[in-house]
Amino acid sequence: MSQLKSASLFDTRILVPAIGGAFRKLNPKSLIKNPVISVVAVVSAFTTVLFVKDLVTGSGNLGFSFQINLWLWFTVLFANFAEAVAEGRGKAQADSLRRARTETQAKLLPPEGRGSFRMVPGTSLKVGDTVMVEAGDIIPSDGEVIEGIASVNEAAITGESAPVIRESGGDRSAVTGGTQVLSDWIRVRITAAPGSTFLDRMISLVEGAERQKTPNEIALNILLAGMTLIFVLAVATIPGFVAYAGGNVPMVVLVALFVTLIPTTIGALLSAIGIAGMDRLVRFNVLAMSGRAVEAAGDVDTLLLDKTGTITLGNRQATAFRPVAGVTEADLADAAQLASLADETPEGRSIVVLAKDKYGIRGRDMQSLNASFVPFTAQSRMSGVDVGGSSIRKGAVDAVLKHVGEGAANSADTIREIRSISDEIAKSGATPLAVARDGKLLGIVQLKDIVKGGIRERFAELRRMGIRTVMITGDNPMTAAAIAAEAGVDDFLAQATPENKLSLIREEQAKGKLVAMCGDGTNDAPALAQADVGVAMNTGTVAAREAGNMVDLDSDPTKLIEIVEIGKQLLMTRGALTTFSIANDIAKYFAIIPAMFLAFYPQLSALNVMGLATPESAILSAIIFNALIIVALIPLSLRGVKYRAVGAGALLSRNLLVYGLGGIIVPFAGIKVIDMAITAIGLA
Amino acid sequence: MTLLGWLQILVFCGIIILLVKPLGAYMTRVFNGDSTWLQPVLRPLERGLYRVAGTREDEEQNWVTYAVALLLFNLAGFIILYFLQRFQAMLPLNPAGMAEVGPELAFNTAASFVTNTNWQNYAGEATMSYLTQMLGLAVQNFVSAATGIAVAMAVIRGFARKSVNTLGNFWVDLVRSTFYVLLPICVVGTLVLVWQGVPQNLDAYTSAVTLEGAQQSIAQGPVASQMMIKYLGTNGGGFFNVNAAHPFENPTALTNLISMVSIFAIGAALTNVFGRMVGNQKQGWAIFITMGILFVVGVVVCYWAEAAGNPLVHALGIDGGNMEGKEVRFGIPLSALFAVITTAASCGAVNAMHDSFMALGGMIPLINMMLGEIIIGGVGAGFYGIVLFVVVAIFVAGLMVGRTPEYLGKKIEAKEVKMAMLAILCLPLAMLGFTAISVVLPFGVSSIWNPGPRGFTEVLYAYTSAAANNGSAFAGISANTPWYNITLGIGMLMGRFLVIIPALALAGSLVAKKTVPASAGTLPTHGALFIGLLLGVILVVGGLTFIPALALGPIAEHLAMLAGQTF
Repeated sequence: MSQLKSASLFDTRILVPAIGGAFRKLNPKSLIKNPVISVVAVVSAFTTVLFVKDLVTGSGNLGFSFQINLWLWFTVLFANFAEAVAEGRGKAQADSLRRARTETQAKLLPPEGRGSFRMVPGTSLKVGDTVMVEAGDIIPSDGEVIEGIASVNEAAITGESAPVIRESGGDRSAVTGGTQVLSDWIRVRITAAPGSTFLDRMISLVEGAERQKTPNEIALNILLAGMTLIFVLAVATIPGFVAYAGGNVPMVVLVALFVTLIPTTIGALLSAIGIAGMDRLVRFNVLAMSGRAVEAAGDVDTLLLDKTGTITLGNRQATAFRPVAGVTEADLADAAQLASLADETPEGRSIVVLAKDKYGIRGRDMQSLNASFVPFTAQSRMSGVDVGGSSIRKGAVDAVLKHVGEGAANSADTIREIRSISDEIAKSGATPLAVARDGKLLGIVQLKDIVKGGIRERFAELRRMGIRTVMITGDNPMTAAAIAAEAGVDDFLAQATPENKLSLIREEQAKGKLVAMCGDGTNDAPALAQADVGVAMNTGTVAAREAGNMVDLDSDPTKLIEIVEIGKQLLMTRGALTTFSIANDIAKYFAIIPAMFLAFYPQLSALNVMGLATPESAILSAIIFNALIIVALIPLSLRGVKYRAVGAGALLSRNLLVYGLGGIIVPFAGIKVIDMAITAIGLA
Repeated sequence: MTLLGWLQILVFCGIIILLVKPLGAYMTRVFNGDSTWLQPVLRPLERGLYRVAGTREDEEQNWVTYAVALLLFNLAGFIILYFLQRFQAMLPLNPAGMAEVGPELAFNTAASFVTNTNWQNYAGEATMSYLTQMLGLAVQNFVSAATGIAVAMAVIRGFARKSVNTLGNFWVDLVRSTFYVLLPICVVGTLVLVWQGVPQNLDAYTSAVTLEGAQQSIAQGPVASQMMIKYLGTNGGGFFNVNAAHPFENPTALTNLISMVSIFAIGAALTNVFGRMVGNQKQGWAIFITMGILFVVGVVVCYWAEAAGNPLVHALGIDGGNMEGKEVRFGIPLSALFAVITTAASCGAVNAMHDSFMALGGMIPLINMMLGEIIIGGVGAGFYGIVLFVVVAIFVAGLMVGRTPEYLGKKIEAKEVKMAMLAILCLPLAMLGFTAISVVLPFGVSSIWNPGPRGFTEVLYAYTSAAANNGSAFAGISANTPWYNITLGIGMLMGRFLVIIPALALAGSLVAKKTVPASAGTLPTHGALFIGLLLGVILVVGGLTFIPALALGPIAEHLAMLAGQTF
């Protein structure tokens, strides 16, 4: 991973500025974004005015109402503090990104792309400009390589220092502003306007500057506003009731009751939870273009995964030599290794390795053998060597059979045997590769897709989460079925084309399901755009990156699984703290109701089940608890509630137990302890 | 508490449980337009009515059109009922020669019967002509109940249908609930009541000479027909002032049982209709069980409080439970059971004096109503009422399992939460708001008969009953004053239509959504876990608001009683 490591929860470099931030956020403009907390601020301001009035006239219980006022303001400040801490963590990341966005000079080429360049500031580049970037230059802005090939250090955004290759055409043509070309040169067509480059977007995302409330957050805010209104009614009607009973309740006590009852805990932590969720994703080196996408990730029902690189290791590997009758395995291995010595493809190298591991046949040097390499072509569909007068070829079974022809060297039996071995291998999900020497068939090398270790367990986990996995592969259905069975996916799409990928997504969506997929190529773009969660690989094309709603900087398709978990965690944390916040009200009623009405209905002291010392200490303890619990829960809201891959029922009963029942019990204990403490030091 | 008492309660619960499925199956067929055994008789009538009214049966309405149709229909009903009362002195069928009803009382009564509340600020036998009773009140008894059922059907369709805009046709739902559900049961029930001795005539009051030689005017009239619909439609408005405690309204143990069962029958069966229409009866049972738990706990507490009686009375050497205000014929268990049923189900018919209940015994009916009449509830109203809580419960719980919350495959989003909260909010607004004003203003306070917490409870009960569309009275206040007539009327209208409109909007939003297929990640909504969650949300979201009021009313009174003080 990267320099985008999270700061510790208790990093003073974040906490100290956050204290200042808490005060700055008292600005009504920023408060208004949080309905519950702005209500608290309004009533606090109101009681402060009353307090000042009492101070001037010298009436009322000044010490008590001063303390209530103090804690009311602390409630607001703690809420601001929580948000400031979350933002501070994002800012720390943004600062390290900003260092990468140094002012660069760009070598702007004339419009036709040919001729000599002139130096212009990087910020003046427009979409469509073409620039030259040479070894040692910083790429001035996001763009697409239109000519050339270069190795690029992308550590600035991925934190990965190993250089990557960027070249024109193909699926690796996108370059990111702020990264550095290490060798060679490329011509780049700029695709991002100044200020909206990838790096800019990333900075504003982690800083939370562009943070829009997500649909789910809006819904939750409505619920919280509704709860607040309900408690307005509950509290505002009390003076009337009390007047009838012949008593009266000081305004400051009513405000204290009101503030403790409304869901301040979740209200205070809501935006911190959202920012932290985005932040967790960034720490995973995934960049979500919107918070909506992160929420959608939690809802995903179907996961489309590319076979290659996600489910299987990138490439097929040789796993067995299957000679025909009359040929020894070692002979076949020897010929196959010779034919593969110069073959730089991973398959070729795996044949060399297997021959060495199995038969101790050491790799030989092509030059000392005086061998000449016959490369693979689309026409011959074979490759091989000519060495010491003999020619060895390996390739697709049909191609090799065509090459050797039916003749003296190969009996009909041999050909039949080759065919039966190759069918058997194909059925098992592997790929057969025929080997022939001087026109005589030797046997078959079995190439197999190696399913990644542990992937089966991941899929089982996903199934428990209720997510269906579909493997996408260009293989034929038989091969696909075998690998699908081995990897334990729920379904597969064989002989996938961009069109049938897209129609698969549409089909799933028509059933009401949410689909996530990842892709890198330009031909993935339509599917990425159609999917509810489309994760584009950072190595991919500009088209793919534009189409997706997330970009994975590490280009690791298995991350989809983590993305889903982060999305779920975000929603769970909100739900858990909402439940906790509402459940707290029961204890607060038991603290405040008897205290509030004791003067005229002494019999209500029976409701003082916590045995709080005095009415004043009871009310004060409740409001202190209410403020402190916000601070106590900041770490949880930043870290998120732990997600476990169990069924929804088990998850709910666990969370209900911890946050629902816990939310009922904890405040009873907390208020009692605070009451004992403030009585002991004589505050009330 | 006696074994016999528990047995009576048990028999009642058993009958209701047995009724849920058959009645649910029948109603499902009715509202799906499938053939039923009553169709040969009623179908031509139904068709004829549509032809006369110019309604096209297959024309479906979206939520706005549905709501407008409903509001217009209710407005018309309100106006007719108001003027019927105002002009009854000039109109026929008035053998007892009732005078015209005053404007405030007429407003209150019209609001009361249109909203299915049947709060009665009058004594029926001394105020209303037979024409008003039959053409005004009885008709509203039917159509206000049918309105409730129609809204419930629209909400059910919101879940059952997917990716469409329409919720059904209000007129068709109205006609079908009246023709196929309410009328047939009422016809049979009325005959049974008549057989049991409930009067059904249009005679003038009989004058009799009592054993002591005093003159007595014995009130009568078309009682039986009104009784049946008052229970079945959870209306609760009595023909006589003392309601179901009157021997003419409720002469025998059998009529008492019939009335209790009819109060719960349709509300309970609607949970099953819901289950059937969304394709999984377990979903309906989960809601029924949630309601059942709240009901049984209420009955147990109320029966216990009444059977335990008053320790201050015991101290005087008089043993036994609290029999004040109870009919000896029904005793403590049936009075307590009736009180809980009638307040759980938004009926409001009473067979005992609720004001005479113990503080805690009387608190149970109060809580039942404060929760929004969702324990079985008013016909239809109980169902759509509990759906509002389901939406809130699902929203919070759904978040806790890490998915956008969904119920029966429908995603619960901002719009749904908004509508549910709006509807839930309007009840405490009417209940607490008007109480707070009434206990302060002189013309509010002057109506209160009892001092201290008991007097407070009386006012609180009145507004709670009105806003919950219950209609039962704690009594103890003179509510037939302009202030109470008007504010209680407003409370009833708020509690009815400010819940119906958001409920229909909710259904309108849901019906347009796709249905997400269930998976292992979907929260199961038919198990014990969901029931527990729903109970918690009902009590916390619906109940916490009322704690200060309850503390100052029944709880303060109970604790004072333990300390030796009564009010």
